[in-house]
Amino acid sequence: MAFYRPAAYQKPVAIALVIGLLALPTALTGLGQEFYIGFATRVLIFALAASSLNLLLGFGGMFSLGHAAFFGVGAYTAAICQQAGINEALIAFPLAMAFAGIFALAVGAISLRTRGVYFIMITLAFTQMAYYLAVSARSWGGDDGLPLVGRMTLAGISLADDTYFYFAAFFGLTVAMLFFSRLADARFGRVIQAIRENETRMEALGYPVFRYRLICFALGGALAGLAGALLANLTGLASPNLLLWTQSGTLLVMVIIGGVGYLYGGAVGALILLCLEEVLVGFTPHWHIALGLILLGVVLFAPKGVAALFGKKHG
Amino acid sequence: MTQLFLEQALNGLQFGLMLFLLAAGLTLVFGIMDCINLAHGSLYMVGAYFVAAATQAADSFWIGLGAGVAGAAVLGLLLELSLFRQLYKRDHLSQVLATFALILIANEAVRVIWGAQPVMLNPPDALAGPVEIGDFFYPAYRLVIIAFGLAVAGLLYLLVAKSRVGMWVRAGASNREMTEALGINVRALFTAVFVFGTALCALAGGLLGPLLAVQVGMGESVLILAFVVIIIGGIGSIRGALVGSLIVGSVDTLGRALLPTLLRALLPADAASTLGPALASILIYLLMAGILFFKPQGLFPARA
Repeated sequence: MAFYRPAAYQKPVAIALVIGLLALPTALTGLGQEFYIGFATRVLIFALAASSLNLLLGFGGMFSLGHAAFFGVGAYTAAICQQAGINEALIAFPLAMAFAGIFALAVGAISLRTRGVYFIMITLAFTQMAYYLAVSARSWGGDDGLPLVGRMTLAGISLADDTYFYFAAFFGLTVAMLFFSRLADARFGRVIQAIRENETRMEALGYPVFRYRLICFALGGALAGLAGALLANLTGLASPNLLLWTQSGTLLVMVIIGGVGYLYGGAVGALILLCLEEVLVGFTPHWHIALGLILLGVVLFAPKGVAALFGKKHG
Repeated sequence: MTQLFLEQALNGLQFGLMLFLLAAGLTLVFGIMDCINLAHGSLYMVGAYFVAAATQAADSFWIGLGAGVAGAAVLGLLLELSLFRQLYKRDHLSQVLATFALILIANEAVRVIWGAQPVMLNPPDALAGPVEIGDFFYPAYRLVIIAFGLAVAGLLYLLVAKSRVGMWVRAGASNREMTEALGINVRALFTAVFVFGTALCALAGGLLGPLLAVQVGMGESVLILAFVVIIIGGIGSIRGALVGSLIVGSVDTLGRALLPTLLRALLPADAASTLGPALASILIYLLMAGILFFKPQGLFPARA
């Protein structure tokens, strides 16, 4: 892989996207399709989750099959906050990020000692542990998950309205994307990409490789936690299924379809996968077969992902 | 107490041997071809369905088992030739994506053909009852599974450790390029190993069918266990897979059976009833994390 550089047209495209996404709820309401505001919010949330995985996978070169754990920790933190009487997103969301980040720090500290396939499997093992803990924690709902009585408030404004909540998710994603784009070009981003390219050389140059990787892993975990907290608010439930390894697989699929190591890879992948689901469900109840065949097609014929058609990488 | 322990130890042995059938194929595919096959669990599920369908058609469990395993092997051959052959050269990400897609397709295809309800598979009538061992009763069918597992494990050991083909397989696992350079047709070897692995996991699926429900999604949970086994044992090592399966099988079974009782003796009742099942479920993952912490390559690394 090569270093990430934004393409020249990326800025105008990004500005156009921001304007388009800001106008989307009004447009949908005008067309009488309010239902799709919820769907668009879902896409934004998964775009955030997939982008956070892309930070590990694409930039840090860490192939984790345990990202759902951080996503789930975020969702559960939000639900537990509400249970404890904290209904303000400005408190609950940072807490969700903190807990997911700390959990990622602990998982990373152990997992990052291993390499390759062993790393994939040990991150998977930690997700499974988190899943079984959630399933057997009866005070947190066990199998059924922990429901939220209603959406939280953000700075005192209720998020119960779909449009407000859309804007909250949009705000979260935008800030995260700005952070990613700054990070990728900053010193930290360069170092982490260089470690992905040649770990031994970076070690020899005196960079604390393990620490850089660990910080990257924890950052990705924290942002996944934010996405989880948002999702729990959208669906009104922190379900143990969010922690299942298949959820990690879905996020991975999003990143791979979108483009590993491209700034917009995660977001593009989330959009494509969720839209595919939405469209295929309308055609046949057995849409999983169609989705599987399309994924196979992507692997065999578009191995670099869709964002590779738009973004650029320089050597 | 000793009786419970003995019974659970036998259950653990039986579970471990079945895990070995799954893990043996997986570790070889993984070790030799460096290919992550998430769909291995789906082959196990499809195998179980094949056996159930063939048993129903032939009205005999043993004929059904043979036909089902043969059917799964043919499916494995077709998959290898059409898809996996192209995946060996690709990176792990592509392999994960492609085999994840296979899981989606397999689960849905099974649901279309056999429906969402679990399919019943009965053990042969002669084995349905219990037998008396010493001073307790144990299901005869489980004993047969243990015997089957031991026989297959023994055969596999002879095949891998003593035969010429087994030598090629071990050579391929430790250094693929070198093996190719020595003039061995690695491509055909890959195909053979893949088909053999598929047959083994269909055998496990068919044998476990009467004990567990044959249903959609049965492959995923067991896939993760098989991965834990081969990571603990060391990727590419048959010996590691055997040791790993027996460890995972017995730790998981004994943990589930004995931990809640043990915790009740140590902790207040409500804390024990919450913690017991949770701890029992995560025990093998803790074990794996612990083993990887001290031996990052597993217990018997194939590429030492």
